Amino acid sequence: MSTRLSSGGRLVNRSATCEFTFNGKRFTGFEGDTLASALLANGQTLMGRSFKYHRPRGVVASGAEEPNALMGIGKDGKFEPNQRATTAELFDGMQATTQNHWPSLELDVGAVNSALPRFLPAGFYYKTFMFPRPFWKHVFEPVIRKSAGLGKAPKDRDVDRYEHFYAFVDVLIVGGGIAGLQAALTAGASGARVLLVEQTAAWGGRAAVDGVEIDGQAAGEWINNTIQELKNMSNVRIRTRAMGAGVYDHGYSLVYERLTDHAPETGGPRHRLWRVRATQIITATGAIERPLSFAGNDIPGVMLASAVRDYVVNWGVSPGDRTVVVTNNDDAYRTALALLDAGLSVPAIIDARADVTGDLPQALRARGVDIRTGTGIATVKGGKTVAGVSVCAQAGEGAATDEIACDVVAMSGGWSPVVHLWSHCGGKLIWDEDHAHFRPDPDRAPVTHDGTAFVRTAGAAHGTMSTLDVLDSAAKSAIAAVEAAGFKATQHDLPLTNDVVEAPMSPVWMMPQGAGPAKRMKMWLDYQNDVKVSDVMLAAQEGYESVEHTKRYTTLGMATDQGKLSNINGLATLAIALNEDIPQVGTTTFRPPYTPISMGSIAGEARHDVFQPIRRTPIHEWHEAHGAYMEPVGQWRRPYCYPRNGESHDDAVAREVLATRQSLGLLDASTLGKIIVKGPDAAKFLDMLYTNMMSSLKPGKCRYGLMCNENGFLMDDGVVVRLDDETFLVHTTSGGAEHTHGHMEDWLQCEWWDWKVHTVNVTEQWAQIAVVGPNARKLLEKLGADFDLSAEGLPFMGWSEGKLGGFDARVFRISFSGELSYEIAVPASQGRVFWDALHAEGAEFNATAYGTEALHIMRAEKGFIMIGDETDGTVIPQDLGLGWAISKKKEDYLGKRAQERSHMTDPKRWKLVGLETLDGSVLPDGSYAVADGTNANGQGNTQGRVTSTYHSPTLGKGIAMGLVLNGPDRMGETIQFNKVDGSTVATKIVNPVFYDPEGEKQNV
Amino acid sequence: MLILECPYCGVTADETELAAGGEAHLKRFGPGSSDEEFEGYLFHRQNPKGVHFERWRHANGCGKWFHAARCTASLEVFATYTAQIAEPPAEVIAAIRAKRPDWSPE
Repeated sequence: MSTRLSSGGRLVNRSATCEFTFNGKRFTGFEGDTLASALLANGQTLMGRSFKYHRPRGVVASGAEEPNALMGIGKDGKFEPNQRATTAELFDGMQATTQNHWPSLELDVGAVNSALPRFLPAGFYYKTFMFPRPFWKHVFEPVIRKSAGLGKAPKDRDVDRYEHFYAFVDVLIVGGGIAGLQAALTAGASGARVLLVEQTAAWGGRAAVDGVEIDGQAAGEWINNTIQELKNMSNVRIRTRAMGAGVYDHGYSLVYERLTDHAPETGGPRHRLWRVRATQIITATGAIERPLSFAGNDIPGVMLASAVRDYVVNWGVSPGDRTVVVTNNDDAYRTALALLDAGLSVPAIIDARADVTGDLPQALRARGVDIRTGTGIATVKGGKTVAGVSVCAQAGEGAATDEIACDVVAMSGGWSPVVHLWSHCGGKLIWDEDHAHFRPDPDRAPVTHDGTAFVRTAGAAHGTMSTLDVLDSAAKSAIAAVEAAGFKATQHDLPLTNDVVEAPMSPVWMMPQGAGPAKRMKMWLDYQNDVKVSDVMLAAQEGYESVEHTKRYTTLGMATDQGKLSNINGLATLAIALNEDIPQVGTTTFRPPYTPISMGSIAGEARHDVFQPIRRTPIHEWHEAHGAYMEPVGQWRRPYCYPRNGESHDDAVAREVLATRQSLGLLDASTLGKIIVKGPDAAKFLDMLYTNMMSSLKPGKCRYGLMCNENGFLMDDGVVVRLDDETFLVHTTSGGAEHTHGHMEDWLQCEWWDWKVHTVNVTEQWAQIAVVGPNARKLLEKLGADFDLSAEGLPFMGWSEGKLGGFDARVFRISFSGELSYEIAVPASQGRVFWDALHAEGAEFNATAYGTEALHIMRAEKGFIMIGDETDGTVIPQDLGLGWAISKKKEDYLGKRAQERSHMTDPKRWKLVGLETLDGSVLPDGSYAVADGTNANGQGNTQGRVTSTYHSPTLGKGIAMGLVLNGPDRMGETIQFNKVDGSTVATKIVNPVFYDPEGEKQNV
Repeated sequence: MLILECPYCGVTADETELAAGGEAHLKRFGPGSSDEEFEGYLFHRQNPKGVHFERWRHANGCGKWFHAARCTASLEVFATYTAQIAEPPAEVIAAIRAKRPDWSPE
């Protein structure tokens, strides 16, 4: 049983205890513990259930690579699932719960899956698709849905705060082991701006655990001295609990700093995402030990050898009393030494190699430990805990020679450099035969904008394993990095280290080598996804040759750990099954982030009100003060309607429409896009931009225009005003000003760059108010103008400017409602005062503010199109009966050639008509007109669709516009539109102008 | 995230400041062109793995469009240059050839 040792633990503070709960049970740990070490200290070895078979699982690793010990930590607004117990630092009051079991961790009904592995083979999910459809719907889908996903999503809103932080450095060093520290020292000495980040809370990596000595100092001492030295360098910044999450193009990188996970009651942001621009990056990310594939290697108590000695040395925790070490290399012998030094028992070391001659094995032999060479584990005995191992010859098929009782198996299959960050942005790998691992190929590094390498590696991440080589590679990489960043490096002397002679490791991909199918079904490659040696072999047998396909078929290397333990073993197994070399099989793609980062950190400050900027008109506050119900229009907020005294929105809209049509309405139209187009070639330019002729427009006049893209599709519309010979004011839709302005600049800068035209987006310089209704002119006359307001002096589609009621105003006599209407622009700074003045003077005419919905209804009553309703990026002006606004005289305009394409001139294109239901009801939004027969997919045919539909308060019935096959030729015909309930409604095709078809109201 | 130097304002800009505009040096075909010419202009793009001429706009900066010659595989940037030109200037071709001796325009 696992327990706390009476002494030891370099990272724990035994004088500071932390109370925590695990599935409601109260436990005690120390400051400096991880959740995993504290659980082991309390004898809790069962830490979760596997994903597919719900097998009992214990902790395997001691760091970020942990696949099994995933917990939900925290509660309510601070709950987060899928946290690795090995990286979660213990704090007083921590609440942890296990995942993926029902009803309890100890007794999990889902474990029945474990008895049925034959029915859940590789690709079982895809194989379910081969069953008849009803079987999938009623059997597989409900089961798969229920079991899908690890952990439970939090129910409460996240109460924590997150932030982004921008940094610019010459050298970013990821990893705070001795390699990273040495690289920082060397780089810092050159004067370069250095950022050194370490994902854990402690500096130094594995060196102290492994008993490293540098220049006569114990690793711990050297680390402390180095940190002190780095802190004294003003050009060096160092951060713990900060993980290099990803490396991107041209030196962009993300660092994920966990500020308060270990102390959640502290103020300030929880996570900080550093967005770093680094000229050079050094990855000193270390290496991860590989498991060995033997039968029963997933039983709680089977752990990585390095993790076993981490628990002993770092946290003073014994994972068990009797540990059998199983290995193919010398490094695992360090674990045996650490266990013996802690007074624990090592009944045997099972070494797959025939010859074991290194310094470390000799030291163990000297201490009387039973070293079994050329052997392997035939099977692990036990269920929820390890009871023992049976031993066999590694070369054979697994006939057991004897059994050894133990409660822990410490396994080591060799070490794989952490190459993730190197690979994120295109760094390539080479296969190292000596160490049986992929390591970065320095000749094929990720390159930056000038084609030179910008990522380098140091230490174990580089593939070097001895202390001397680690420090040497770090210094060399640092020198190369600072020189590439334009600094002069100081040379570095090789330190003295206490490296021992290690004999070569020998790759072992299956134990024993000749294991049969029964054993292969018990050899786990990927603990998190329950992928076994037999699954990968089955995938190969079923024709999966690509490692990427095999990954998806078997789920090897998926989910939160992304195969940190399983990748190499999995692809080696695939290579064996395919009878290929490992480098030919290759690796799957490494993608950021290195380990999962919080969604909160990605969002940063962009939550709630600052999620995106909100644009407000000068009159915005009045709208809010008058109870406006606002709707988003692009980034603007516009009043949809102004409900009064408990009015429904529908009632408010109807009141606003009727008040406007009967007397006087006021609309804040400030959001309308306004672009000045000026220059000797401005008229020529607008002729290209619009479908109709703008060069013939006279100063003092306005003209409605349509703008298409080069595909011929309608993209924007609006009224163009000619201010003088060389100056036009272009109105765009509310959401379209920036896009239209960009469109203009694109053509001016990239196609017609010799045309003399200048454009300025002046949308926000003007407040614009529509004064609409039969009494509109009376209101303007009451305000008083120094220009002619009469029907003749300011006719429909004319404009004037001057003083209006004391305001500097431009008055455009244009109408989007069919009423007598003026749109009046005043400088933005006077917008609110002008709006107030219109209300004060208009009170006698019942001046009524109306919102966007009343605007929409009034335009629909008049059959005016709305960009985004009648258009959707596939509609051309010809579809909308707007042929009158398409010049026949112009040789060219944007979209003209496209509108000549055969599909665009097809008479079968649906065309705009008005629609009226026979029963007066309102057609549903997006409704389709049904036609006889079915299409090739067996779906009912259609012959049209609704583009706008409203209840018209003016006419007292539903009105709609839509695109219908041969619509304009079918006036008066009745067709059927579908409704949400599956029924249809009889609808008559009518003229889209429902109200005042002669235009008498606007022309007074 | 790419870094490109805007040839107008001289700023070394992050991609967040820029807006991509697709392949550069397209020849516009308008009314009077054949269906094949117009189809090529509207739809056909080279999409190479390697040297590519692109349109970019310094949208959150000076607002100017410019061109970039870039390797889509290695993300190496050979040059950025004016948008007001119908084909890549000689010095840009030379800069590409210096890094990619095997490459030749069209």
